[in-house]
Formats: sequence, C-alpha cells, structure tokens
Amino acid sequence: MRRLGFLVRKEFQELRRNPRMFPVIFIAPVIQLFILGYAATTDVKNVPIIVLDADRSAESRDLIGRFEGSPYFSIAGVTSSDAEVQRAIESRRAWMALSIPPQYGEMIGRQQPVTVQVITDGTDSNSATVGLAYASTLITARAAELAAAARPPGAPRTGSIEARIRVWFNPQLLSLHFMVPGVLALLLMIITTVLGAMAIVREKELGTLEQLNVTPLKRWELTVGKLLPFGLIGMVDVILVVSVAVLWFEIPLRGSFALLFALSLVYLLCTLSLGLFVSTISHNQQQAMMTAVFFFMMPMIYLSGFIFPIENMPAVIQPITYLIPLRYYLVIVRGIFLKGVGLEAFWLDALLMLGWGLAVLALATMRSKKTLA
Amino acid sequence: MRKALAVGRKEFWQIVRDRRTLMILLFVPAFFLLLYGYALNWDIRHVRLAVLDRDHTAESRELVSAFVNSTYFDIVSTPASLSEVERLMDRGKARVALIIPEGMTRDLRSGRVATVQVIINGDNANTATAIFGYAQAIVQGVSAQLQVQLAGGAGGAPLLSVQPRIWYNPELQSTLFLVPGLIAFIVMISSVVSTSLSIVREKERGTWEQVRMSPISTPAYVVGKTIPYFFISLASALLIIAASMLLFDLPVRGSWLLLLAAVAIFLVGALGTGLLVSTMVDSQALAFLIGLLISLLPTFVLSGFIFPIASMPSPIQVVTHIVPARYFLVALRGIVLKGVGFGVLAPQFAALGIYAFVVLALASIRLAKERG
Repeated sequence: MRRLGFLVRKEFQELRRNPRMFPVIFIAPVIQLFILGYAATTDVKNVPIIVLDADRSAESRDLIGRFEGSPYFSIAGVTSSDAEVQRAIESRRAWMALSIPPQYGEMIGRQQPVTVQVITDGTDSNSATVGLAYASTLITARAAELAAAARPPGAPRTGSIEARIRVWFNPQLLSLHFMVPGVLALLLMIITTVLGAMAIVREKELGTLEQLNVTPLKRWELTVGKLLPFGLIGMVDVILVVSVAVLWFEIPLRGSFALLFALSLVYLLCTLSLGLFVSTISHNQQQAMMTAVFFFMMPMIYLSGFIFPIENMPAVIQPITYLIPLRYYLVIVRGIFLKGVGLEAFWLDALLMLGWGLAVLALATMRSKKTLA
Repeated sequence: MRKALAVGRKEFWQIVRDRRTLMILLFVPAFFLLLYGYALNWDIRHVRLAVLDRDHTAESRELVSAFVNSTYFDIVSTPASLSEVERLMDRGKARVALIIPEGMTRDLRSGRVATVQVIINGDNANTATAIFGYAQAIVQGVSAQLQVQLAGGAGGAPLLSVQPRIWYNPELQSTLFLVPGLIAFIVMISSVVSTSLSIVREKERGTWEQVRMSPISTPAYVVGKTIPYFFISLASALLIIAASMLLFDLPVRGSWLLLLAAVAIFLVGALGTGLLVSTMVDSQALAFLIGLLISLLPTFVLSGFIFPIASMPSPIQVVTHIVPARYFLVALRGIVLKGVGFGVLAPQFAALGIYAFVVLALASIRLAKERG
C-alpha cells in the first residue's frame, strides 16, 4: 500500500511538472460544453428560404409574410428569376424555395384552385423533411382560411380538426436537454481515455518502464497507481461539467446528484481502464492515439445512441452497441437528468457498465504483466 | 526542396516501419465508413403508431389512413382505452399515439373545432421534432380536405395546394446526407491524429536537437513533415470515396478533378492543424488531448455534418466559421450530390485555402521560434 502511495505521488509530480496540461484538462471541457451544448441542436428553425414571387400581389405578399413571421423560416431573398433560385440552392445560401406562380392573387380572388411549389434541397435530408412539413402546415393553414371564406352564404358552417400534440418525457421538446448530457459524457470520455491511453506507453517509449520493472511494485499496484490520479482529475471534471449543465444550461437535475456522481465514477472507471488497456497493447504513443481514436472513441460517438437512435440501426449492428459503455451511461445520465428516475429504472445498465469497467481493468492489468515481463 | 524531400522520405520510412499505424491510416477509415454508413440512419419511416379511434366514422377513418399512407407511420396496435395507450407508450411498444375523440365528425359538421390528440415519445428530441412536424401537417391536410368536402365547394379540390419538389435526393435518404459528412469527419480526424504527434515526438525523444542543428529551412522542414502524410491521407480519402460510391450509391455528379482539388486543399489544412498542435506543446499526451479536443467534437457538431448551422444561436454560428470541415462539407455535397462547378463553390475553396495557409504559416513561425 505504501508503494502504491509512492507511485501516485510520482504521477502527481509528473503532472505538476507539466503545468500546461491543467488548462486543457479543466478549462477546455467547460468551454467546449458551452459552445457544443448550444450548437448541438436538432431543432430545425430559421431555415433560409428564397421566394420566387412571379405574382407580386397583395396575396403573394401575404403568403410570404406568413413565412417571414414563422420562427421556422428566414427569408433569404425575394426574386423573380428561376436562375437565381437555382444558384441560391446550389451554393446553399437557401435551403428551400417557395415558388408563387403568376396570377396567384388573381386566381385566389376568383376562387380558382392554385398550386404553389415548395422546393427543398434534399442533401440535408433531415432538415428537408422537417422544413417541408412546416411549409405545408403554413400553406394549408392559408388554404383552410380561403375555404372558409369561399363558403357560399347560407351554407352550413364547417369546422376544422386541430391536432393537440403532446410530447411525453421531454415536454418542451428541447433538444438542448437531450444533447447536453450527451456532450458531457463525450467530453469526459475524451479527456480520461486520452490520459489513460498515454499512461503506460509513455514509460515504454521513454524507456522508463524498465525502471518500474525492477521495483517491487505489483502489477495491480502499477495499474491502480496510474489510474488514481487520473480518476481524481476525472472527478473534478465531472463536477465542473455537471455544474455548467445545471447552472448555465439550466438542465433540470430531477434525480439525485449523489447517484449521478457515483455512477459517473463507474463511467470513469470504464473510460480510464479502456485507455490503460489501449496503452498496454501499443508500442508507442502514436499507435496508442490511433487505436484509441479509431477503435474506441469513434464507435462510442456513433454507436452509443448519442445522436443516432439505436433502434434505427440494422439488427446485425444493434448487438455491437452493448459493447459500448457510453450506451449505458447515456441511459443513466438522461434518466437522472430528464426523467428523474433512480436505480430502480436503470440498475441493469449500471450493473453492465460496472461489469464492463472491471473486466477491461482486469484485462489491462493482465496485459501489463506481459509488457512488464 | 531537395531537403524537404529528404525529410519527407525519412518520415515516410518511419511510418512504413510502424506497420500498425500505416494500416490504420490507410484502411481503417474505409472500414469504419462502411460500418457507420451502414449502421446509421435517421430516416423517419415506420414509426410505431397506436390508434384509439372513438369516433368510428368515415371521416375518422380517413384521418387514420392519412397517417398510414404517409409511409411514416405503421399502426402497431389499436388499444381500447387510454390506460392501454399509456402502457404502450411507457413500454416503448408505440412511439406515437393518435387519439380521436368521440364526436369529432359531429363537431366538424356543426362548425366547431374538433381536437384530436397526438402523443409523441420525446426521449429522442431529434426524431420527436420531425414526427411533430409530420403529425401537424397530416392533420391539417385532412382537415382542409374534409372542410372542402363538407362544404361541397370548388369541385372538391382545395383552393390552395402545395406541390413539394425535392432536389438532389428525391427520396430523402439520410445515407446520402450522412456519408459525405462521415467522409469529412474521418478525413479530418485521421489527418489531425497523424500529424499532431509528429514534431513533439522528436522533442520528447530527444531527436529534436538534431533537427535544430540541421541546415534546413523551417518551411522546408514543415513541408517535408507533411508530404508523406498528405499522400497517405489522400489515398485513404479516395478509397473512402470509392467505397461510398460502390456501396452506398453515392453519385459523383460534378467534376472529379474539382473533387480531388477540394479533398487536397482540405487535407492540407487538416494536416496543418495537427502540425500546429505539435509545435505548441512539449509532451505527446498533451498534443493528443488538444488534437482531439479541437477536431473530434467540433468537426462532429459545428460543421453542419449533423446539426443544421442555421438553427444554432448566432454567436455560435460565428464560431463555426473557423471549422474547416464546414466549408469542405458544402463543397463536397455540392460536387457529389448537386454537380455544381467551381463558379458556385469558389468562396468555399477560398476559405479552405486561407485556412490551410494560416495554420501552416503559424506552424512554421512557431517552429522557427523553437529552433531559435
């Protein structure tokens, strides 16, 4: 145990000797969470739309005004040339176009059916689908008004159907609430996995691992001694980023903070052990970096359900996602933050995450024996 | 120039000797593109819908079939009570529920506003937003249609209708949207990862003194360090693009030459970013950390890869201007999906060129200082 203490002290001294590390470890994640938390929004609003108004009547201006007044659109220009519309969409200055035909106002005045065209740049399929739905909602609303006005006098009044849409579990449909916990988890993963990944391979590359070899240090003491200081750093980071999420972004922390903190430690165990494991299977720091980024971090970003729903993935891929600890941690953070649920709701995820962390830690310790021998 | 080539040759052999690094740089990006391109999509199709129809009229059936005919929804269950709806939603058996109250048609005929309820599972805000939009549009569409029918006006056709036209990706496949983004992401990450350790490694291993003393100019040294990674990354990027064409039917509607130019300029900027990081720090661990922090999440979040830039708050939109992938993505999607030419994409090319020049110049200045 005393030996372990020495090793931890040595690691801290090494960290102290590298003071430029601290702003990167503690301040960079906070800044990133600020920016990315705001940027990671899947809400579709302010879609730039260019209007081809071939009519230029009071009626057409009324329709344009509806788009202008909607928070979902921002008018990127009004033109009367087809080529201009084409150019705007090609250069992505506009994502959509509203094309109002000539004599639009006249035909509405004479109560003749008229069609407006909505053109969408399909390359951003997600915004395109949502934007189309918003546009057709605006136009059908106008159509309903016209239909009501066209009712012959004396004819029975007709009502309309209104959808009252309610969203459960995230009533304001704030993607901020959905994304910030995810960004938080990713940032923690990046910092701690990197620290862990460099831990042992650095000694290997600099040739100092030999010196550790001749000390009476036991294998588990080496791994634990390497991880403890990083674990402490990780804990400070957890507190920092959770504070930003709660105090700045005002994400309601509906569940228990103690539980969140405890399970975040389990998550740190996973990411640090993962880093350490990478460290033991690499010969130099560049290899460690590439292995960590390509084989572990990218899959975590894409296959964890952070942004791409797991149930949308092909059935062959879905089992792979169970190998990703971030998957469990996301269920847990989102559960605690948004739903305010406790262990009873995600005990299985917590247990699997703990098992994953311990297994990888054991693997890393076993591998470190080989490299020590 | 000869000296730059000599540095390049030395660096190249160093990479080749490290077999694992070379394999990762060349082939792993293509492999992961296949995996992710296949695994990821957020097409909103076949959303599980539960319908509770308490009206049982021709009109209510018309509303239900409008949901089904939209192809976005599949009816998975027709519960008999609200508590059953709740159970289905809680267990995730249904993600959307449509509840049509008794008397909807009666209200409609007597000129009142009838309200139907749509309940959406919001735990994934992204898909919920889209479903929200669809549901709203479908109900309004049916409402307008029924109004016209009931009023018997204008020959049954609504006075004003929308004709949607979707350019470039008429079926709105999310794969065509995501694959260019993945290409940009993977190219950016592998470039930054490959160069961010290149110079600091020499410092940490003590070979830096030799570089300092050698009679080579700093820019030549920078160029020499970049060249081998440039060709490896270019090969890997072209492999990725070829793979996406074969497997995901990614069309290349524009000019190949322009595509090659876009990839090359973007690569230089991305490699330069890694090099700049490498000149600023004195340990590989720190270089790794900074390299990842400035490339991984910013390229993912701030480039327009997934999150629409126009929807971000305006101060954040300003920040996105320093993310090179933002310009590359517009150029890549433009060339590949829209078939546009240099005339339209000139601003993007200019921005990428400026970015590459600035990072390489900064890296040279930093290095010149270090060499004293």
